Amino acid sequence: MMTIVFSLFLLTMLVIVAVAILRTENLFTAVMLSGIFSLIMAANFFVLDAADVALTEAVIGAGISTVLFLGALALTAEYDRSPPVGTWVPLLTSSALGGVIIFATFQAPRLGDPSAIVHQHVAPWYLEKTPELIDVPNVVTAVLASFRGYDTLGEVFVVFTACIGVMALLGRVRPRRDSIKEGEFKKATDNLRHHLIPRVVGKMLVPFIVLFGLYVQFHGDFGPGGGFQAGALVAAGVILYSLVEGGVRGRELVPEWFSSVLVALGAFTYTSVGVASMLMGGRFLDYSVLAHDPVHGQHLGILVIEAGVGMTVAGVMITIFHAFSRRGIR
Amino acid sequence: MAVLGLYNYFVFAVLLMIGLYCLLARTNIIKSIIGLSMFQSAVFLLYISMDKVDGGTAPIIQEGVENQIFANPLPQVLILTAIVVGISTTALALAVAVRIREAYGTIEEDKIQEMDRKQ
Repeated sequence: MMTIVFSLFLLTMLVIVAVAILRTENLFTAVMLSGIFSLIMAANFFVLDAADVALTEAVIGAGISTVLFLGALALTAEYDRSPPVGTWVPLLTSSALGGVIIFATFQAPRLGDPSAIVHQHVAPWYLEKTPELIDVPNVVTAVLASFRGYDTLGEVFVVFTACIGVMALLGRVRPRRDSIKEGEFKKATDNLRHHLIPRVVGKMLVPFIVLFGLYVQFHGDFGPGGGFQAGALVAAGVILYSLVEGGVRGRELVPEWFSSVLVALGAFTYTSVGVASMLMGGRFLDYSVLAHDPVHGQHLGILVIEAGVGMTVAGVMITIFHAFSRRGIR
Repeated sequence: MAVLGLYNYFVFAVLLMIGLYCLLARTNIIKSIIGLSMFQSAVFLLYISMDKVDGGTAPIIQEGVENQIFANPLPQVLILTAIVVGISTTALALAVAVRIREAYGTIEEDKIQEMDRKQ
């Protein structure tokens, strides 16, 4: 009962924050509110028994996404100057569509119904066979890395491609200065070095965040965690250091060539595990053939591909952050 | 009680529509991107709501505990990766917004269209 009340509270908070984001004209406020939105969403995921997803949403939604939005704000504008006219068509469109969706939900199975169709398909098979075939306690990791390894490989390459896109857009090309007012770029070069408390506290937190990231990386088989969360956590540590000490020192800690090598190396590691399993007589990404015992092969395969995922995600997040923060200096 | 069981889906619909409205009604590109990511979060909420099983727990098998009920791991896997993909594509959209700002000096769509018409 307590969980239901808590969940209702969180969901109502989500709607309130969403309306506040919509209404505010100050983009800085909107970005901060969307950080809060993500944190409430993460708590919601936790209530719904999705520990891995909650961890990911907390790191990425509330942490990295907020920093990237702020980086983009520093390079664009602070206020939303949309004209107030002409809002009838969007309002009608979205309320009509929302009405249809709400009407459709009356046919949906209620929350937590064990006889819902989603719980009858492949999920029971995953839960039943994981101890026998993969033998890792965290079923989410088993499905992510082994049963659905193809999907995850695809996702890694999507992230990889998005990173290449950001580098192409904000990379080594000089921005045209004439369209940007003088002095506007100075904001982005500021750091927190002259603020004593953020500097001291921030620097103290960095090693613990990175350590926690490594724990999440290698403990992902046993508890909530894995390459995606770990990569984002390590990147968050590096980003915090760069925010506190300034972008220049951040790039001394993790040089740009290093983060872009990580991006490619992670995707390469993942693919080469697939190729290795083909060479050893199995199918692509079938880890069973990697060791004498199929279950040991699965363990080895999951360890290596999770490392690959972690490298790519960390590399992509750091590269994107550097791309935004460098843009301000030139 | 039946309505309480559907509350998650109602919130999903409302968030989806707030995101869509933000995307359609605002001409500011950054605001549109925020709306888009809210739309995306609503979809995540729908998927994760589906994974819940009454009396269940996170799908992590504990030794020595028999007859546990687990949440459905499949939506969790899909959304876990979707969140990371989502932030990468959002970063790409923000990069495009930055380039638009550098080329036009504004990120308001109506002003950009005005400039394009003049040329």
